[in-house]
Amino acid sequence: MSSGSRREDILGRVRARLGRDAANAAAGRAAVEATLAAQAQGPRPAVDTQDSALARRFVEKSLAQSSSVDSVATLAAAPAAVARYLAGQNLPPQAVVWPSLAGLDWAGAGMTIEARGAVDADLVGITGCFCAVAETGTLMLCGAPDAPATVSLLPETHIAIVPASRIVPGMEEAFALARAELGRLPRAVNFISGPSRTGDIEQTIVLGAHGPYRVHLVVVTAEE
Amino acid sequence: METGSRRFKANAAAALANPVLQGNLRMAKGKFIDKRAIAIKEIDDFEATREAAKNLRNAVLENLDLWLEKFEEAATARGATVLWAKDGAEICRHVVEIGKKHGVKKAVKSKSMLSEEAGLNHALAAAGIQPVETDLGEYILQINDNERPSHIIAPAVHKCLDEVADLFHATHRTPRKTGIPALTREAREVLREHFLTAEMGISGGNFLIAETGSVALVTNEGNGRMVTTLPRVHVVITGIEKVIPTLEDLATLMRLLPRSATGQSISNYVSVLTGTKGPDDHDGPEHLYFILVDNGRADVIGSEFQDMLRCIRCGACMNHCPVYQTIGGHAYGWVYPGPMGAVLTPLYLGIENAIDLPHAATLCNQCGVVCPVNIPLPDLLRKLREKQVERKLRPWSERIGLKAWAWAASHPGLYAFGARLAARYLKWLAGGEASIPVLGAAPEWTAGRDFPAPEGRTFRELYAQRKKS
Repeated sequence: MSSGSRREDILGRVRARLGRDAANAAAGRAAVEATLAAQAQGPRPAVDTQDSALARRFVEKSLAQSSSVDSVATLAAAPAAVARYLAGQNLPPQAVVWPSLAGLDWAGAGMTIEARGAVDADLVGITGCFCAVAETGTLMLCGAPDAPATVSLLPETHIAIVPASRIVPGMEEAFALARAELGRLPRAVNFISGPSRTGDIEQTIVLGAHGPYRVHLVVVTAEE
Repeated sequence: METGSRRFKANAAAALANPVLQGNLRMAKGKFIDKRAIAIKEIDDFEATREAAKNLRNAVLENLDLWLEKFEEAATARGATVLWAKDGAEICRHVVEIGKKHGVKKAVKSKSMLSEEAGLNHALAAAGIQPVETDLGEYILQINDNERPSHIIAPAVHKCLDEVADLFHATHRTPRKTGIPALTREAREVLREHFLTAEMGISGGNFLIAETGSVALVTNEGNGRMVTTLPRVHVVITGIEKVIPTLEDLATLMRLLPRSATGQSISNYVSVLTGTKGPDDHDGPEHLYFILVDNGRADVIGSEFQDMLRCIRCGACMNHCPVYQTIGGHAYGWVYPGPMGAVLTPLYLGIENAIDLPHAATLCNQCGVVCPVNIPLPDLLRKLREKQVERKLRPWSERIGLKAWAWAASHPGLYAFGARLAARYLKWLAGGEASIPVLGAAPEWTAGRDFPAPEGRTFRELYAQRKKS
């Protein structure tokens, strides 16, 4: 059976089981459209939405996800904070960086960067984020030519620069922001909460499975 | 279909007699339960949240045909190809055809229970495409001669560190390692090479989002991201029941899924993937396929078992099940163990092919209490038992016994006489002991427990006597 006729076969059986006919199809379609238009939210845990409380909660939850957190006053101060972190980890001051962040003064902080997608050999990847979710300490990364997904995935160390102004209460606000600013979802939206991990051997959590071993967040508290 | 579900009793007996497995099960027991109990307290109103999740899943099932059309339209508009498969054989045929079309020699797989339903790895290997499981647990099982998962979230939960260390040493020909971090790193290095060289990535799908035509993938290890970022072809295999309406619904379900599964507030990676690589993108697949699978699901729609299709595959029901905790997942004989497996297996494979599974439950309702979408699992198990009776699938001894009992119970005088006789006979049989170790009429029943000895007189006799005095 071709896939087209298999489609009709499966959908036909679903329709028969639901007792679908012309009359209730119209009502069903209306219900579907109404649901899509409503974008109704489920119950939400309470999150204090004042700016300072949001940032505080984001930091607290990020630490609970085994990320480390630093904060700087301005975006211009981020490269120095990154360099400090790498030195503290005994890592060389070299990194692959999202092209969208290539304009920062990395050389001034003693860093050697390459702005591109990551490859296997890259040890450190530096990204920004589309926004961040306070409820769970989660980054939302939206893939784009100047924000390749591999940079937060292949290197053992992932450093993300997080503007405090982009911290939102929950995943719902993150999606609303994506709808408002991007129109449609980019190919890859990745919510990242700390370093990769596995508990597949004796349910013992080990950090660093296939993705990064370390996630370091540099929160930028003020607008430029 | 080849399944071990017909051999449940023998499987369970073997599991109980296996000291290594029993040790591993004892070690695993309770870990997920404790973490879940803490994690669900973080969402202020668990009951309201799971009620919302139940309602949104129900709303999809009630118009499933329309939601599938909606998803298909949105996914296709973003450049994906949507295919349909009736059963496992059709899944295999689709994936092999896609592989051949794109010159695929190696496929990296993120965990997909549907590919287990289909036996996909075997079909890929037969077609000259090397399948590589990349979830650590699944990988451990694959290199152990393609062993089946025993848990839907923690596939290798029945294995201990020593077994994994031996397996890696033998398979990778590396010095034997004894630490879990060292073994995890070894797997990372072996599998990284596969991620970088595979032409095709195969994943399951936690949810399909109708609004955007996306698949949502929830992983901790990052392998789900790897297989959907690096290879030039991505194939998503999911059941037709996995559609949800909107991104808001994903947010609601993500408050429940990781907490119910592993007791995490959120899994490390939640990826929402839509369409193919753009012209200027650095990464992502050039070709994206969705294979939407029936394999028994369509026939459950509109039936008294439809509630089961709400399932979001968290594994909480098995973690909390006293039967699962005691025998592990393999005894169930197919892909899905525990209470959800005891319902799904007979529904998908045929009631006659999994006679014992609906009885492998104490109906204690721990599963029903923890289910994040409020599936009444004990009710469904009981309904399956009723179906077995209706279809005369129970053993003749049980059918005759129950008929005789029903007849006696509708003749009160006779029933009282029989009960008096039985109480005295059993008291005599016990010979003064409190219990009877072997009952001739039900030797299987007393193989696992003793029969408490009656005192010699029936309730009605005692009641009559008390009334008199």
